[in-house]
Amino acid sequence: MLRFSKSKIIATAAVIVIGLLLAVPSMMSREQRQAYLNAIPGWVPSWLVPSRAIVLGLDLQGGSHVLLEVDNQDLLRGQITLLRDDVRRILRDTRVSSQNGIQTIQRGVQIRVPDAADRDRLLPRLRELSQPTGNAMLGQTGANTIDINTTPDGAITLTYTEAGINERVRRAVDQSIEVIRRRVDSTGTTEPSIQRQGADRVLVQVPGLQDPQQLKALLGETGNLEFRLLAQQGATDVDLLPMDDQGGQRVPVERRVIAEGGDLTDAQPAFDTQTNQPIVNFRFNIRGAQRFGQATTENLGRQLAIVLDNRVISAPTIQSPITGGSGQISGSFTVEQVNNLAVLLRSGALPAKLTIVEERTVGPGLGRDSIEAGKMATYVAAIFVIIFMFATYGLFGLFANIALLVHVGLIFGLMSVLEATLTLPGIAGIVLTIGTAVDSNVLIYERIREEVRAGRSIVSGIQAGFDRAFATIVDSNSTMAIAAVILFFLGSGPVRGFAVVFILGILTTVLTAVTLTRMMIALWYHWMRPKALPF
Amino acid sequence: MRLVRLWPENSHFDFMRFRRVSFPLSAVISILTAVMLLTGGLNFGIDFRGGTLMEIQSKSGQADVAEIRRTAEGFGFGEVEVQEFGTAGEVSLRFAIQPGGEAAQAGVVQKARDTFSPNYEFRRVETVGPRVSGELVQSGTIGVVLSVIAVLFYLWFRFERELAVASIIGTLHDIVLTIGFFVITRHEFNMTSIAAILTIVGYSLNETVVVFDRTRELMRRYKTMPAEELLNLSINHTMSRTIMTGTTTALSLLALVLFGGPAIQGFAQVMLYGVVICTYSAICISTPMLIYIGLRGSEAVKVPESRAAAAE
Repeated sequence: MLRFSKSKIIATAAVIVIGLLLAVPSMMSREQRQAYLNAIPGWVPSWLVPSRAIVLGLDLQGGSHVLLEVDNQDLLRGQITLLRDDVRRILRDTRVSSQNGIQTIQRGVQIRVPDAADRDRLLPRLRELSQPTGNAMLGQTGANTIDINTTPDGAITLTYTEAGINERVRRAVDQSIEVIRRRVDSTGTTEPSIQRQGADRVLVQVPGLQDPQQLKALLGETGNLEFRLLAQQGATDVDLLPMDDQGGQRVPVERRVIAEGGDLTDAQPAFDTQTNQPIVNFRFNIRGAQRFGQATTENLGRQLAIVLDNRVISAPTIQSPITGGSGQISGSFTVEQVNNLAVLLRSGALPAKLTIVEERTVGPGLGRDSIEAGKMATYVAAIFVIIFMFATYGLFGLFANIALLVHVGLIFGLMSVLEATLTLPGIAGIVLTIGTAVDSNVLIYERIREEVRAGRSIVSGIQAGFDRAFATIVDSNSTMAIAAVILFFLGSGPVRGFAVVFILGILTTVLTAVTLTRMMIALWYHWMRPKALPF
Repeated sequence: MRLVRLWPENSHFDFMRFRRVSFPLSAVISILTAVMLLTGGLNFGIDFRGGTLMEIQSKSGQADVAEIRRTAEGFGFGEVEVQEFGTAGEVSLRFAIQPGGEAAQAGVVQKARDTFSPNYEFRRVETVGPRVSGELVQSGTIGVVLSVIAVLFYLWFRFERELAVASIIGTLHDIVLTIGFFVITRHEFNMTSIAAILTIVGYSLNETVVVFDRTRELMRRYKTMPAEELLNLSINHTMSRTIMTGTTTALSLLALVLFGGPAIQGFAQVMLYGVVICTYSAICISTPMLIYIGLRGSEAVKVPESRAAAAE
């Protein structure tokens, strides 16, 4: 009846001890953890040593959470420009002319070729532009990136399909993550987390960052760098771009691009040896060096335009041909500006503009206060519940309290193994769990009391109490679990931390409140042979 | 040692009688909540409304709220809600969402940082753009609806249809009354509030399920017992457990309200209220509801009717 085999006792004890040991690294500070890991002799296999720890959420350790969104409109504009260039090239290659040039329409371009023979020559080439979406590894979706439609009067429209745009957005997010990682890493911030969120978003979390202004400045620039020439008077193919040096006044710049940011191999902040002004030194790859060398030789004495994100940031005069492939950007920069500029140039251009759609920053002071308050609330809740359980159930209450402490320890152990994030709502979850975890014990004890009152012996009463209460425990925990799982999938950040704690709490309560309590009661019965229930 | 007992052993209390008070009372409160929700609405936090929230603390320990308000309103970002809270020198500022889409929100934070950072420490800054807040509203609503549906399916699967329906009515009742709490107290309604509501959904069912588990057991044992008597017995049998669990949960939430700090206090208060409501609804709403819904499938129609006839 109320018997536990030795092996079962050992197994239960082992699971609990291991679970609690797993929580140990989380109880240490970072330095202590490092010291303890160093102190472990080398012959101990690393998987035997609990080393994983709970991660504190940004709301507890302080830091910045910035959610960025790829600007779809900006991306589409860029894609349409590319499509225009492709169509223009094909028209030139096939020697077909469009009646009214290449018109930009909402999601693509339109040309008008009334001659049927011309169209027949043109269309196969245009169709080459459209590629199937999806990639070779994951299988293709069957949709194409571009729709090509013709009307009887000779209008040909090329429009990006929904699938084509989505795929571009997806790729843009992947590229952006890489670029952001390089940019954030080179600012020297510790342990940034950069991940995709949803279809078109990137979540950047930087622990310890107090003022995300610099981060935002870095992320706000697309980092698209071009070397062009300032236009001479009378030139026609020009853009009017604002010039930083002259307070944003617009200057004419030739459309022709000599070299691009993609041609750079390196960019470093430095100081000019003569003026002591902050500058950026850069170096080109072979292709860039050649083109740059040629252009500077041909245009000696003219002004170069260094264009970043459609702003002229510097317009130095070409004093001598630069054929060695390296040069410098000078202007009226501050030290911070050249640092940022060098980072931008090194990490390459973002495929599209990113917009900040959500930002949450918690200062370290608030985080520390929250941890303190959370600890306090946890201790007080535990003391309240422990006293109350003991006062109500006596010795059995003590068993329940031991189970409760193990339960909380196991939640920490599981969270450590999963390297789960503990947030402030997560702490609230732990406190709440302290209150609800004893529910299973209460269900069992009340049932035992009832069975014994109904005339059963202690042993059979205890047995029946556990058996009959078990179905109820499963039902009541399942309903809680359903709500918690939904919260996990829908919530984000702090709220998700609450769901994690709650789900783990429900899982461990079965082990502690049922198995562990039952074991303690069985051992107690075998040692004491009681004649009556202690409550 | 004398042990504490919160509920007498072997009680035979007539809980079903309460329904004559509890049904009209809950109905009135629910209607009132609906009316107030439509007229006044919830006090949405920036999660759902968008905008910028800042919590700053004076470096000297003394904050001049009037001065802060004057300065902040001078920024030209529209009306600013300025409130002192917590320990001395902590002030929260709430700016409404700025027209001009996602990018327009950043200016608010920059301006405030430039102005206040010499004398104040920025403890928390949150900016939620219009698109994200819209999505949070959506996922919050979906979460609550989905949880009710998921739980309904679980109950349908585990229990008889009548019991499932009665517990869902109880749960909906608890959701409505919790929203009523937000409407009446003007508590800020944010993503954490959704977490509280979902937890209350879980707790509410937990309470009902424990009673109904017993009801089902008693139904098998006493095949001919009238519904009202059977339900009374179920509650009396489980009452000491209900009170115990309610108390331990309330105690731990009380610790959270008293010591958990301002950031989590709101959540704890709602949950504390929720525990009381859930206990009430399990005893006074969902269980007596079974008298009307019927308890035993086809027999159910007959049993309550004959009881009603006997009562008259």
